[in-house]
Parts: sequence; structure tokens; C-alpha cells
Amino acid sequence: MSDFTQAVLTARRRRGARPTRPASPMQRREARWGYAFIAPWIIGFVLFWAVPIGASLVFSTLDFQLTDPGATSFVGTSNWERALSDPNTWTALAATFRLTVLFLPLSLVVALGLALLLNSRHLRAAGFFRLLFYMPSMVPLVAGILIWQQVLNPQTGWVNRIIGLTGVNATGAEGIRWFDNPVLVLFAFSFIGLWGIGNAMMINLAGLQGIPTELYEAAAIDGAGWWRRLRSITLPLLSPVMFYNLVIGSVLIMQYFVVPWVLFGATGRPDGASRFLLVHFYQQAFVFGDMGYGAALAWFIFLVVAALTGVLFGTARYWVHYGTERS
Amino acid sequence: MNVLEANPLLETEEPERKPAPTEAAIRRKRRNLLLGGCTTLGALLLALLFLMPLGYGAATALKDKDGVSDPNTPILPVAAETFEYEGKEYDVYSVPMPDGEVRELALIQPGRESSVFIDPEAPGAGPIEWDGRWRTLDKVSGLSPQWGNFAEAWNAIAFLRLTGWTLLYAVSTVIFTVVSSALVAYGFARFRFPGRGILFGLLLATILLPPAVTLVPKYAVFLQMGWVGTYLPLIIPHLFANAFNVFLLRQYFMTIPKELEEAARIDGAGPIRTFVRVIIPQAFPALTAVSLFHFFYAWNDFFEPLLYLAGNRQIVPIGVGLSYFSGVYNSEPHLILAAALLALALPVAIFLVAQRVFVQGIVVTGVDK
Repeated sequence: MSDFTQAVLTARRRRGARPTRPASPMQRREARWGYAFIAPWIIGFVLFWAVPIGASLVFSTLDFQLTDPGATSFVGTSNWERALSDPNTWTALAATFRLTVLFLPLSLVVALGLALLLNSRHLRAAGFFRLLFYMPSMVPLVAGILIWQQVLNPQTGWVNRIIGLTGVNATGAEGIRWFDNPVLVLFAFSFIGLWGIGNAMMINLAGLQGIPTELYEAAAIDGAGWWRRLRSITLPLLSPVMFYNLVIGSVLIMQYFVVPWVLFGATGRPDGASRFLLVHFYQQAFVFGDMGYGAALAWFIFLVVAALTGVLFGTARYWVHYGTERS
Repeated sequence: MNVLEANPLLETEEPERKPAPTEAAIRRKRRNLLLGGCTTLGALLLALLFLMPLGYGAATALKDKDGVSDPNTPILPVAAETFEYEGKEYDVYSVPMPDGEVRELALIQPGRESSVFIDPEAPGAGPIEWDGRWRTLDKVSGLSPQWGNFAEAWNAIAFLRLTGWTLLYAVSTVIFTVVSSALVAYGFARFRFPGRGILFGLLLATILLPPAVTLVPKYAVFLQMGWVGTYLPLIIPHLFANAFNVFLLRQYFMTIPKELEEAARIDGAGPIRTFVRVIIPQAFPALTAVSLFHFFYAWNDFFEPLLYLAGNRQIVPIGVGLSYFSGVYNSEPHLILAAALLALALPVAIFLVAQRVFVQGIVVTGVDK
């Protein structure tokens, strides 16, 4: 899967290396077949990506209400001005970034930790444990959310009752209310998110098993301990995989929707902590039917994600180790 | 490289050097045994903690309504035991008898200082007089799982209807997306044509870009076409390949030796024939994996069904159906949990059956290609 990020990073270089001599009839024939095979994607790309993205930009300059499409009018940049001055836009951006800062490092570390554990030669029945740790990822998201909603119930949920065993008063009137506090709710989101960690864990595990054991043997002869081997061998060689998980993880958090929506709808409770970018967009465009404003918000999200991925790929060459270039 | 092959369950133990174990070797062996025990025990605790919500869900889904809302409720679904005697239900108490024995008896006639009990195990033996205050006695409670909750949840969410629509959505889009993505992936993997690099870069970009940016115009057009409230806006786009599936399949196709296709071409097969006869059979593991991935993706899909089916609650897939259900039944957590467990049963069962293919697929389509 790390090949994906590598492919993105090297796409430009490959393009530059294309020969420019005139095509022979055989090459033209091959090219025609190539276009024929990729035609479904090209049609889909034009119909469902290129045209809608452009149209979205046009929509963002219109006052277009779903309830009254006949009264659509051109309003210039006023939807954009509204998007940038709407306090909900900024609380949504802040909520999204807070969750990113908490959950992204947590998920990367837990996915790596579980993969290291599953890859440990000391672990017995590793196949069985791999199954156990992967299984929650197979639980349909909404079912998982509803289970967590109950298990985090302040009075009857097992999480608070387990915490209560340590002597902390978790279940009482002054107990831990996971869904009423804007900071605690981020932890509730994170718990639910950790249940979906299976894929990242498996990708890490496959990456770990791809590291040549001779490297570890040589390091052990040199007297390197566990921590040293992790820092000097495992992490650099795993960096492409980690980068892939980082990119996919941050892109997914930028589009965080299902969990806050199932738990809180468009209310933003508690204190706006569940109003993420996509919740804000969905509410404006499809609950209130303000499609012009929704289009402006969608473009805002688009720009944020594009900037974020741009920054991530920009940093890649400083810490992602791709070894030798593969063809 | 393959995760499955490295399964320690299948691996044979390292060959032990038999002759004359030195003291250092014994110490090392003991240390390894200890480390192995600790690691495995730690993993077991971690897995228990990780899966704890499932246990909670199962225990709570089997409780009755009172058992759910009581903060001091026992962990397991229990209820007071009763005994039916001469057509009436009586509570069962644990009664200390004069001879020191504690018996579980049903209270049929409570009195201030003395009461009449009956032994549920031997009702024929007749009533038993007991001197003492019955109010000081403890009720006997036993495990009483409310299996009926599942039946109730099954009917309340119209489980079969939800599952039917979800299956229709998942299976039809799996077929559409796998066929179209395989064609496109083959085009990118094997044919040289001007603009291939740029087009492939665009394809990769659509994996990263948020689909939200396309939603407003798409919704407006689908609404105009009368498609909103039907599955058409959800299914038709899958006829045009999915970028991620294309990427995974292309990676796999590139590992298939070209000699096979060249042989087919020499035999006079055209590109389509070569694709169907040579590539498809060779790529079977990757195609299965992509089908499974997409099946679970469709099973989980929430945002677009929520959006496009909003006006037609009768046909929503299971994720959206569950969220509607939890909104209506929010005072009956045992039913919500029963419904959630029903919803996860099928995907988890499919995963357990197909886990080899699935896990292999993550790797086959992934890292070392």
C-alpha cells in the first residue's frame, strides 16, 4: 500500500521521462486499446469529478435554495465571505484539527504497537490474536458507534464501572460524562476510531515482515538493544508504510462525519465539539437546503484537504525512506 | 511476502540443539519461555480490553428494560427467580432452616412472624412452615437472558428488509466496480499511450480529494433526473471504476509475467480475449480481495445513502436504518444493542469464513508488489 504514496511522489518524474518520437502504427494501435480499456474511468472522472468540481465553484457564486430553485440568482463572492465569517466554519475547522492532533498520533502509535506485538517472536498463537485485533474493524461502523455509546454510558457503561474499580468516582452524579464534555468527547471519538485500526495494523505488520532479518541479526551482533533496533532499523524501513497510514488517516479525519452524525446529528453538542467540517457542510447544504453556501463550504474543505496533503507530501522527502527506486 | 506464511501457529519450533545443554542455554530457554508467557498474557489482556464493548453489548442486549437502566445492575442479565404453584407465580427466597441448611424456597403465604413456603424442587412434599420475618430474606436471582430482545429488535428495525436492500446495494456495486476497475487497471498496467502518467496521477488524486466538493452539483442533477430517493445515484457511478480498486488491481496486474500474454497474442488472441482468458484467471486472488474490500465498504457506506435516500426511509441500507432506529428507541438501549449485534453478525461471519483471503488480500494488493 505504501506503493500508493510512492506512486504519487514519483508520478511527475515518470511523466518527464516519456519519449517524444513519432508513433508507429503499432504504437498507435496500442494507445487506442489503452484508451478503450481506461474509457470507463475517463467517463466517470469527467461526469462525477471534473464537471462537478467546476460546477461546485459556479454554484458557490449563486444564491441557490433547494426549497426554491426558481429564485436562483448570482451573488458573486458573498457565499465565500459568509463561509469565512461564519463562526461555525472556524469552530468546525478547530474541532477537526483538535481530533486530528489527538487521534492521528494515537492511531499511528497503536497500529504500530499492535503490529510489533503481532510480529514479536515471543507471542504464541499470533494468528489468533491477529484475528481478535482485526475483528472490530469488521463491525459495521454504525453498530460499533451504538455499542460504544452504551458502553460509555456514565452510569451503566462498563468503561466507567471499570474506572470506578480503581477508586475514582466515575459513575456518580459527578462522574465521567463522555458525551457532555468537549474534551472527553474527543476521547470517545478516539475509542470508536481505534476499533477501525485493523487495516493500518495489517499494513504495518506486512511492512514489518518485509524487513530483512539479517539487519536485525547484524545489529544484535553490534550489541544494539530493542529500542535502538526499533529506531535505527524498524522505523526508517517502515516509514513508507507509516507515511501511507498518515496520509490516508488525515484525509479520512478531514471528512469525519458518520460518528458525530450518529451520536449528535447536526446539534454540535457538546459545545460545538461534534460540528466537524463535513457536518457543518451537510447541515447547510442538505438540511437547510442552502446549496450555494454549501458549495462554497465544500470548496473550502477541498482547499483545506489539498493544502494538508500538499504539506504532507512536501515533508515526505525529509523522513520517508524509499530505498532504491523501483520501476 | 505473506503474513500468513509467517503465522507462528504453522511454523515449526526452532530446531533445538540436543547435545549437552549448557547452563547458559538453559537460562536462555527459561528466559524465552518467561518472555513468551508474559507477551502472550499481555496480548490476551489487551485483546480482552479491546473487545470488552462487544461483551458489554452482548450482556446488555439480553437484559430486560429494568436491568439496563439500573446503575448497580449486575454485569450479566439476571432476574428474580419465580416458581409457579397452583397457577400463581411466587418469588423464590433463600431461607435458613432451623437445622442450619439454607434452602431455596418459594414464598406462598407471607406472614408477620411466620410464613409458609414451598420447595420448588419437591412441591409434592407440601407447604413448609418457617418462623421468622420473611422481609429479612434475600431473593434468589438467576441468569435470565431475554432472548426475546433479539426478536423484538429484528421486527422493530425490519431487519430482513434492511439486510435485503444492503445486500442488493453491496452485491450490485461489487460486480460493477470490480469489472470496470479491472478493465481500467489493465489499461493502465499494460498499454502505453500519451498522457498515461498524467491520467494515472489524476486517478490517484481522486483517492485523496474529498468527494464533498462534488456533492452539491451531483445532488442537484440527480434531483432533476428524479433519481433522489432511489438507489440509482448510489449504484450507477460504480459502473465507471473506483480509483482505489483500479490502483490495487493495477499493482497486481503489473506482477503478472508478460510472457503469458505474448503467448496468447501469438495464438491470435486480441486484447479483450487476452484480458479475459489470461489476466482474469491469474488475478483471481486480487479480484477476490478487492471484491471483499468493496463489499464491506458498501455495507458500511453511510453518507451517500443518507443523502440520496433521505426521502425514502423504506429502502435505506442497514447503517442508515440503525441510526434512525437508535434515534427513535433511545430509551431502550437493550433493543439498540440487540439491533447492533444483529447488524454486525453477517459481516463478522463473512470475515471469519473468508479471513484467509481477506488478510492475504491486504498484503497481496499491498506492500511488496
